[in-house]
Parts: sequence; structure tokens; C-alpha cells
Amino acid sequence: MSTLGRVFDLAQVSRRELNQALHNAAGGESFEVVNPRGAHAVACGITADIDVVVRGSVGYYCAGMHQQGRVRVEGNASTGLAENIMSGEVHITGNATMSAGATGCGGLLVVGGNSGARCGISMKGVNIVVGGNVGHMSAFMAQAGNLVVCGDAAADLGDSIYEAQIFVRGDVESLGADCVEKEVRPEHVDTVSRLLAAAGEAASGVDPSNFRRYGSARRLYNFTIDDVDAAQAAARAARWDAPVGGVYGESAVREMQRERSDELAESLDDGREDAG
Amino acid sequence: MCGIVGLFCKTDTHRHELGRLTEVMLGEMGDRGPDSAGFAVYDAGRPGRTRITVLAGRLSVDWAPVAADLEAALNAEVTVRAVHDHAVFSTDGDGRAARQWLIDHVAGATVLAYGSQIELYKAVGYPDQVAERYDLASRTGTHALAHTRMATESAITTAGSHPFATGADTCLVHNGSLSNHNRLRRFLEAHGESFQTENDSEVAAGYLSWRIRSGDSISEALVGALDDLDGFYTFAIGVADGFAILRDPIACKPAVVAETDDWVAMSSEYRAIARLPGAVDAEVWEPEPARIYSWSLAA
Repeated sequence: MSTLGRVFDLAQVSRRELNQALHNAAGGESFEVVNPRGAHAVACGITADIDVVVRGSVGYYCAGMHQQGRVRVEGNASTGLAENIMSGEVHITGNATMSAGATGCGGLLVVGGNSGARCGISMKGVNIVVGGNVGHMSAFMAQAGNLVVCGDAAADLGDSIYEAQIFVRGDVESLGADCVEKEVRPEHVDTVSRLLAAAGEAASGVDPSNFRRYGSARRLYNFTIDDVDAAQAAARAARWDAPVGGVYGESAVREMQRERSDELAESLDDGREDAG
Repeated sequence: MCGIVGLFCKTDTHRHELGRLTEVMLGEMGDRGPDSAGFAVYDAGRPGRTRITVLAGRLSVDWAPVAADLEAALNAEVTVRAVHDHAVFSTDGDGRAARQWLIDHVAGATVLAYGSQIELYKAVGYPDQVAERYDLASRTGTHALAHTRMATESAITTAGSHPFATGADTCLVHNGSLSNHNRLRRFLEAHGESFQTENDSEVAAGYLSWRIRSGDSISEALVGALDDLDGFYTFAIGVADGFAILRDPIACKPAVVAETDDWVAMSSEYRAIARLPGAVDAEVWEPEPARIYSWSLAA
């Protein structure tokens, strides 16, 4: 990266000015963004082979619709990081909140910390490497590409997945409907190894042979009545089966839920019957 | 949409500027809810003395006769001060009885909150203007919640703005929408809760109030909410000695939390937190779905 990058201070200039400059840039240019202070849509819509470093945390849709260039965020990112990324690379050093890499068609997204709910939702070819954990319903309806998770995955991983591959090194709280564990063959270790190398510092020292592989059981491609149980499980997972925890342990919470007012439960259940 | 902010001072460092910091956070969330706004501020108060914040909805109300009548009804000393179109009553008497008396006897008034530590203000208008009108910036205390509203389920009115009180020194702000609030409202009315608006979030507040009156802790009440409230929500709940956060099991409505040695802050978007002193070094994370988070001065 050139050391002669232009500096945009978002405390001084507008985000629109920054993004316009990035859209006008020629390949090979480099940029530095300071004082992002959680601003939305920072470095969105880049199409040229440029380098952008953002010093600080960003808001929603950072590096959305990204092509060719490289964006590095030294901080955290909010909803929709690198949404619909087409090619190029987006790295963040911190945590991402919901829907990182959503609908991404290509390129590489690296999250150094944890990624929140629905990481890689409907991914269509992007490669995502997460140094920490991913939230619930990650890779929901994922269609192509690879999601590599160096930590743990929360509930309903890979729900209704098509042909993407998921690799998790840590624990998987539960698999979503039609997502199953699959054999890890040498070509899969090669894939993980290549992606960990591309992720750089976010995955340094991680052994590619320590991952388990998950993918589609392909029972939901074409619905048949024999698969009604799996389809209903998918619907339930999306509504009710989320984890319960908090300041109490899970078992204590479930005990309290059992002890809750039967009278109100009956009243609300009556309402559901009326509505039906 | 809607915007939520909450700021809880763990130490004395920022308590003198709680209002100013909350106003900055609220201002950042103006885009998420330009219809109306409100805030609740908690300070030490005086033990045994209840404050009741009342919205008149009009200016130039002569509150002194109301205070005199309330004093007679409670058989306890009552003072009152007007703050624009709000009034704050203060009494050594029964706070809950005072709240009900004001609802029953002051035509057109809405009781916004009661308790020894809470004061609560709300209005239709752009959040910056609401904060300025009620002088949020000058307020001190331990913690505050605020809300910017983009109405979806009920009308844009001052009474329909957030926060909603849920019992003594307890209030709630909500981003989302509830789908079973009508039936739940009827159930709660049959069990002693009284509602002052058609707002779905007030039903959530009433639900928590009912659970707490029935002997639940705030955390137990929130566990019940996971089962009994149907819809989308990120809630922030203020209590006398802290605040709590709950997101529904799908967790579509945003929330971000940051913590330093001196404060815990939550907001719908990070940019509200980014303006706080020390935010750069704060630990920042997204609260998990269906999980109860709480912070307490006692802890």
C-alpha cells in the first residue's frame, strides 16, 4: 500500500465527499479515513483496485457492494458489513454486529473478532473468515462460498442452507434445518488453509485441520410431503427455538418459564386459536 | 424504526454530566425517530420521598390547587414544580396512591412516572428540541434512558412517546412492534393494570409492572416476557439501581452495548456511543437474542 494516501477526516468532511472520492479513484490509489465515529455507509460502492484504511469503528453497511479494492477497518462494524460484496477484500480488526457479508457474491470478508447474528445470511459466493464466534442463524439460506469460524457458532447454524460450506473450529450450539455435519476431506483442509492464510493476523496460528465441516442435507431443495418434519423444524427454528440464557443459567431460566402463570398462558393460547 | 439510548454511570466520574452525555446520544439517534422523544433520568432522590411526573399536555396550568387537593387526599405534604407542560409532584405520602389520584382527578393529564429516583419527560417533536425544552443537559444522576420515536403501531402523540413507566422507579423504552398487545392489554386490565394510551409498548410496560407487582424480580419478569410478548423488540428497562436489556429471540431490532470502568452504554447504533468519553477504549458488543443483561449499582 502506498504511504502517500489521501486522508479524509470525517469530523471535517462529509461521508458523501469521501465516498465520491473513492468512486472517482483510479486503481492503485490509497486512502485513510479518520474519525468515522460510527458513521453509516463508509467506503460503500468501491469499484476500483484501491486501498482504504479506516481508523476507528463504523456504523451500518460499511464497504457495501464492494468490488476489487481492499478496505481495512481498525475497529468494530455494525449491521451489514460488506453487504453484497462482489470481489476484493474487506478486513475488520474488531467485532461485527448483524448480517456481516449478507448476500455477498465474491471476494473475502475477514472479521478479526466476533460476528453477530446471521453472519453470511444468503451468501452467494463470498468467502468469510471470522476469528472469533458467530451469532445465531449464521449462513442462513447460504447458497455458495465458504464461512470459516475459528471460534464457536450459536444456534441454528446453516438453517435452510443450499451449497455453501461452513467450517467451525469450536462448538456449534445447534444446526438449523437441513444443515448436517459432513466428512472433512483433504481438499476441505486445503480450502480452510488457503482462507486462513488470506485472513492473515485474524487467524494466525490456527490449525486448518482442526475444523469440522457443515453443509446442506439437500432435503429442502424440492419439497415433498415426506420432508414436512424438516420444513416445520425450519419454521420453528426461525421463531421459537432461540437460546435462552442471561443472568441466570439456562436451566434456571427454563425452570422459571415452566413456573410462569398458567392463567396467562391459557389466555394467550386462546388468542392464538381465535386467530387461527 | 426508533432509537434507544441508555447510559449507566458505574462510578462518580460522569454523574455530574449524565444529562449532557445523554443529550448527545439522543441527538445522534434523531434520524431514527424524528416524530417524538422522551427521557428518564435517575438520581439519588430522597429516601421515602416519591416524585410523580405528570404531563398536562398544555402550558399555564395552575398546579398549586392540584397539589393542595392531593395533599388532602394523601394526608401528607405535597410540593409541585412545573417544567414547561410537565409537573413534578413530590410527597412523603403513598406514591402509588398519589399516582392513581392524579390519573383520576386531573382531567387530560397523563402520569408518566413515579418513584423516589425517576423523573420522566416526553414530547412530540424533533429529539434535539425535546431535550432542550426539558433541559436534559443540566441533569445529573446515576443513569438515564432515552428514546426517539418513529411511530408504527399507534398515533404520534406525546402520551404515546417513550419511555413508559412500569411501576415505581421502573420504565421501559422499546424499538420494535408487538403483535399480541390488544389481548394482552385486556388480560392485564382484568388483573389491575391501568393503561393511558393505545400504544403497544405501554402494554409491555404494563406487563412488567404486573409481573413485578406479583413478586417477580425485573429479571424474572423479563424471562416471562420472552414467552408472553409476541413481536419484535429491543427493550431497555430502567430500574432504581440500574438498567436491563432484552432482545426478542430473532433479534432483528438493533442494539449495541459498550462498557468501560466508568460507564455502560447501550444504543440502537454505535454512533451514539462513539460520542462518549472513553468510547474508543470501551469493550463493545452486540447483545445476544433472548438473553437478559442487567447492570446494578449494588453489584
